[in-house]
Amino acid sequence: MSPSGKRSASFARLKLRSRGWLGSLLLAALAFGFVVPILWMLTTSFQAGDRMYELSTVWIPSAWHFENYSNALSRSPFSQYFLNSGIVAIAVMVSNVVFCTIAGYGLAKFRFPGDRYVLLVILATLMLPLEVTLVPTFLVIHGFGWLNTYQGLAGPFLIDAFGVFLMRQSMLSIPADYIEAARMDGAGELRILLQIIVPQCLPALAVLAVFSFRDNWDQFLWPLTVVSQDEFRTFPLGLVRFAEDYGSPPTEQLAIAVLATIPTVLLFVVLQRAVNRGFGLSGLK
Amino acid sequence: MAGVTLRDVVKRYGTVEAVRGISLDIPDKQFVALVGPSGCGKSTMLRMIAGLEEITEGEICLGGEVINDVAPKDRDIAMVFQNYALYPHMSVFENMSFGLRMRRIPASEIRKRVEDAAAILDITELLGRRPRQLSGGQRQRAAMGRAIVRNPQVFLFDEPLSNLDAKLRVQMRTEIKRLHQKIRTTTIYVTHDQVEAMTLADCVVVMNGGLIEQFGPPQDLYHAPRTRFVAGFIGSPAMNFLDCRLEQRATGLSLSLAGGLCFAVPVSRSERYRPWVGKPILFGLRPEHITDVRDHAREDRAEFTVTMDVVESSGMETMVYFMIGEAEVCGRVETSRAVEPGQSMQLQANLGHMHLIDPATNLVI
Ligand SMILES: Nc1ncnc2c1ncn2[C@@H]1O[C@H](COP(=O)(O)OP(=O)(O)OP(=O)(O)O)[C@@H](O)[C@H]1O
Ligand SMILES: [Mg+2]
Repeated sequence: MSPSGKRSASFARLKLRSRGWLGSLLLAALAFGFVVPILWMLTTSFQAGDRMYELSTVWIPSAWHFENYSNALSRSPFSQYFLNSGIVAIAVMVSNVVFCTIAGYGLAKFRFPGDRYVLLVILATLMLPLEVTLVPTFLVIHGFGWLNTYQGLAGPFLIDAFGVFLMRQSMLSIPADYIEAARMDGAGELRILLQIIVPQCLPALAVLAVFSFRDNWDQFLWPLTVVSQDEFRTFPLGLVRFAEDYGSPPTEQLAIAVLATIPTVLLFVVLQRAVNRGFGLSGLK
Repeated sequence: MAGVTLRDVVKRYGTVEAVRGISLDIPDKQFVALVGPSGCGKSTMLRMIAGLEEITEGEICLGGEVINDVAPKDRDIAMVFQNYALYPHMSVFENMSFGLRMRRIPASEIRKRVEDAAAILDITELLGRRPRQLSGGQRQRAAMGRAIVRNPQVFLFDEPLSNLDAKLRVQMRTEIKRLHQKIRTTTIYVTHDQVEAMTLADCVVVMNGGLIEQFGPPQDLYHAPRTRFVAGFIGSPAMNFLDCRLEQRATGLSLSLAGGLCFAVPVSRSERYRPWVGKPILFGLRPEHITDVRDHAREDRAEFTVTMDVVESSGMETMVYFMIGEAEVCGRVETSRAVEPGQSMQLQANLGHMHLIDPATNLVI
């Protein structure tokens, strides 16, 4: 290599490294911004209840009040609320994983009359926020007689338009040759989907699972609309009632909040490897 | 194993006619190569036989039975794809056994068949690897392995070697030939490389614009092309074409070419060509039939002198390029006889191998 070539190469490396530096700095700042409130929630949940407002800038509690957790749980049927949230979130997650995969496959790999319009209609539903569809959806669920039921809580979210789109996009990039090869190998369509396609879009599937679980686990507005009986309350409703009705100390509310983050974090950790690849793949967030 | 028959097969995509009426009879155990320029409908043809593409008109038969409406999985045909299409999340063993598992063959039998095929293809030690961990040639072998374990009625190959480098391509070509000699399954092989087609196939089908131009044994296509397209497509470097006129002279028929060149038509061909006397016609002669002067005495040799434009030596032989009228002509001479570019050289045309083409119909006379 010529001397000038060498110089330009090392210059390029320098530029690359400095870009890496800046990037890391930016990421660190961002991560700090995300982590601090969580840390604050965590430590504050152990603070003494009556002194919380004075202590809001004190990071490490002088005394650890583990009883905040047991107190909070005993004041109100939170185990029931968590169970309700769990049932709804898991039902929605499973149903999304199943149906979004099937719908996404159909839209990505099969041509049928009007297929483009079907996709457009599905995407159009993404433009409507829940607040807009709240009343009509409520009327439908009411019509079904599903108020104060699990199916009423989960029903409207069982197939998410975004999930369909996500799965379709991730399947679009899978070459049709695999499908054709499998057809010639003698596989039926369902088997092709399960054994050839799904294993190749696990990252997207994991992203879909985490998103749909998280979105429904801590959902507030819809449960508030369809639930009036205590035994169907999900934990966000319970938390609000807890704060309003019992005038419970904020530290105990935070204790509940800490508990509430655990399932999502656990799910993320379990699916993390696939999810990280999925974020890279789908260019999301 | 079984033969394949196509009867007036047509494929339309909307208004585009990709295949425009093809009839072909492929006997059992034959190796047939489909060649033709890009877009002539080779892949479409193959995919219709595979069942991956619907047949717009006509019939395709496998072993005497019409299979137009049989699903690909029930056709008992295996295909090797151009980019191999090995399932990326499965090992080579799983890839090769997938089709057998679909057919509910017992595990012990599957293992035996996969191991046998792997031994034939020399990939036994790769069975545990993922496709990502294989080289191009190894992937190619694994893809062929997936086809042969199924022991199908017919193999289809769609340009299986086009992703390999030149050396590996030649090697795999030999291997495919050996494989066919060993297991003798009816094979239809698509390629746009005519050398591949000529060396591998028992029968070559030349397609152009969705139609068959000609089919037959490679040597027939080479020595007796029926159309101008086949004459120009088969053979490398390509056949030389020159405009000329057929004239009746006192000594017999003769061809008058541009630049005052005049070749006497061999007597044996005079009768065949007589109806075209006085008409413009296309003269075709392969480079290997334009040589340095060798056999003086023969009646079907014509000598002429030209000025060389380009001289390319490849050791064994030397290709020479020169102009006759407006057309560039290529000849092949012995390296020791070649001259420098710009110098003139006496050459000899072997008219025993010439072709005359009627420009109105593009058919060889
Ligand atoms: N799905 C399709 N829709 C419309 N036209 C198509 C489709 N598939 C192929 N064609 C057209 O059909 C013709 C034949 O295509 P085909 O793929 O069979 O060519 P080919 O001979 O295999 O060419 P190549 O050597 O480039 O692979 C082409 O003109 C192509 O544009
Ligand atoms: Mg093709």
